[in-house]
Amino acid sequence: MLRDITLGQYYSGESWIHRLDPRVKIIATLLFIVEIFIINSFEGFATAFGALIIVIAASKVPLRFIMRGLKPIFLIILFTFIVNLFIVDGEILVKIWIFTITKEGLYRAVFMAVRLILLIIGSSLLTLCTKPMSLTDGLESLMKPFKIIGVPAHELAMMMTIALRFIPTLIEETDKIMKAQQARGADFETGNIFRRAKHLIPILVPLFISAFRIAQDMAMAMEARCYHGGDNRTKMNGMKFAKRDAFAALLMLLFLAVIILGRVFL
Amino acid sequence: MNSIVEINNLIFSYSRESGDETTGCIFQNAIDGVDLTIKKGSFTAIIGRNGSGKSTLAKNINALLLPSSGVVYVNGYDTRDQDHLWDIRQTAGMVFQNPDNQIVSSIVEEDVAFGPENLGISPSEIRKRVEDSLGAVNMGDYRKKPPHLLSGGQKQRIAIAGVVAMKPQCIIFDEPTAMLDPKGRGEVMEIIRELNREGITVVLITHFMEEAALADRVIIMDEGKIKLDGSPSSVFAKRDELKSMSLDVPFIVELVHRLRQKGVDIPENTVSRKDLVEYICRSVHRK
Repeated sequence: MLRDITLGQYYSGESWIHRLDPRVKIIATLLFIVEIFIINSFEGFATAFGALIIVIAASKVPLRFIMRGLKPIFLIILFTFIVNLFIVDGEILVKIWIFTITKEGLYRAVFMAVRLILLIIGSSLLTLCTKPMSLTDGLESLMKPFKIIGVPAHELAMMMTIALRFIPTLIEETDKIMKAQQARGADFETGNIFRRAKHLIPILVPLFISAFRIAQDMAMAMEARCYHGGDNRTKMNGMKFAKRDAFAALLMLLFLAVIILGRVFL
Repeated sequence: MNSIVEINNLIFSYSRESGDETTGCIFQNAIDGVDLTIKKGSFTAIIGRNGSGKSTLAKNINALLLPSSGVVYVNGYDTRDQDHLWDIRQTAGMVFQNPDNQIVSSIVEEDVAFGPENLGISPSEIRKRVEDSLGAVNMGDYRKKPPHLLSGGQKQRIAIAGVVAMKPQCIIFDEPTAMLDPKGRGEVMEIIRELNREGITVVLITHFMEEAALADRVIIMDEGKIKLDGSPSSVFAKRDELKSMSLDVPFIVELVHRLRQKGVDIPENTVSRKDLVEYICRSVHRK
C-alpha cells in the first residue's frame, strides 16, 4: 500500500560502508564519477568494475537491489548503444539496407554502455548505503565553506529534510483526494494519454492547495519550537571523522592514482 | 511571582475583505478585550465554538501572533519584546492540532531533538533530554521509527515529547485531540495530566467538555470575550448559558439537570460521576 513506501532507495544495514562518514561517501562518489570519465580503455573499466565489486561485497547490499537501480535507465542505455552503433564511421562490419555497423561504432557503443552502467551503479551505491538524513547532514557540512559566496547550506539541507519527511504525507493526501474524486465519479483509468493528463488537474489543484496549507502549519510549528535558521544551532548526532573514514579516503586516493597512471601509461 | 501568563486588555484584530468596494477592508476583533492571569502549575481549559477566538488567544501567548493592543506577559517578558522572543517560546511551548503538520524529521528521535537543537544545547545534553521526554510520553521504544508509520495518538505524543524536550514551564495545547480516535485521545489526555502533575502549567484548548472537566479551571470564550471563568463545577452548572453559546455540557451535568427537572433533589453543582454516584447512594440509604 501507499503507506509502506520506503524513502529513497536506502537498504538498511550495518556494514562498514554504511557506517562511513556521509561526507567521505559523497566525495568518493563524486570522485568515482570523475574517474569514470578519465578512463579511456576497457582495461580501466575492468579496474573500476573490480573496485565496485569490492565495495558492493563490503556493503552487503544484495545484487538485485543494485540491479533494480539500473532498470529505469535501461532504455537510455539501449538508446545510447544503438545511436553509437550506427552513427560512427569506419571499417564496415555489417551492412543492412541503409544501416551500417562499423568496427569503431561497435567499440564506441559498448564503451558508452559500460560507462553508463558503471556510473549508475556507483552513484546508486551512495543512496543505497546512506540514510537520507545522514545524506542531507553530509551535504550541509560539505556546502558550509561555500556559505561565503552565498550558498544557503543550512536552508538547503533543512528543505531536503522536510521534503523527505513529507513524501509519505503528500502521497497519503493524493490518495485521499483521488478517492474523494472517484467517489464523485471521476475516472482516472480510461482514455488516451491526453485525456488522462487532463483528469489529473482535479487532483493536482487540491493537492497544491493542501501542500501550501501544510507548509503554513509547519512553519508555525517550527517557529513555536524556536527555529531561527542555522545560527547557533547544535546537532544531536554530529558527524565524526573516524579511523575507518581516513582509511576509506586513503583507498579512494590510491584508486585515483591507479586510474590516472593507467590513462597516462597505457 | 506565581503567575506565568498575564494578559491585560488584549485585543487582536485582523482585516478581511468586506466584499463591498466602498468600505474596502474591515477590521474584525478576533479577541476583544481579554484579561487573564494563569497561575504557575495550574491546569486551565479554554472552551469555545469555532471562531470564538480561543486558538488566536493561544497563539498570542507564545508570540506567534502579537497583540493589536493590550499586553501579554509570559514569565515577566512582554511578547512584543523581540530580544526575548526565544525565551518566551521556550517558556511557553505549543502543541498543535494536526500531528502530521508539526513533525519535522523522518526519524522520531531527530524530531524530538529539533527544539533543543534550535536552542543550541550541547549534543550530550540533547541526547539525554530526548531520552527523558520520549520516556515521559511512553514512546521510548519508537525512537528510531519513521513517524508516518505511527498512529495519530502516537504522533501527537511525539509532538508533545518535542515540546517537553525544550523544558518549558508552560505548554499550550491547541485542540490536541481533535483529529484523534477515542483511544489516541485517551492516551494524549493521560500524558497531559501526567505533565501537569509533574509541575508543568497546562493550557488546554478544546471543544470536548469531558476533557475540560479534568482541568482545575475552565474558561468559556465566545465572540472574542471571556464569558465564564471558574472551577469546572461552577462553570458547568450554568447549563443554560452554555447552551445559548451552542456548547454542550458534559453528560453528568445534563443528567443532573434532567433529574432535577423530574423533581429529584440533587445539588446543581454536581459535575463528576463520583459525586453523583455518592449522592444517589446516600439518598437511597436514607430511604
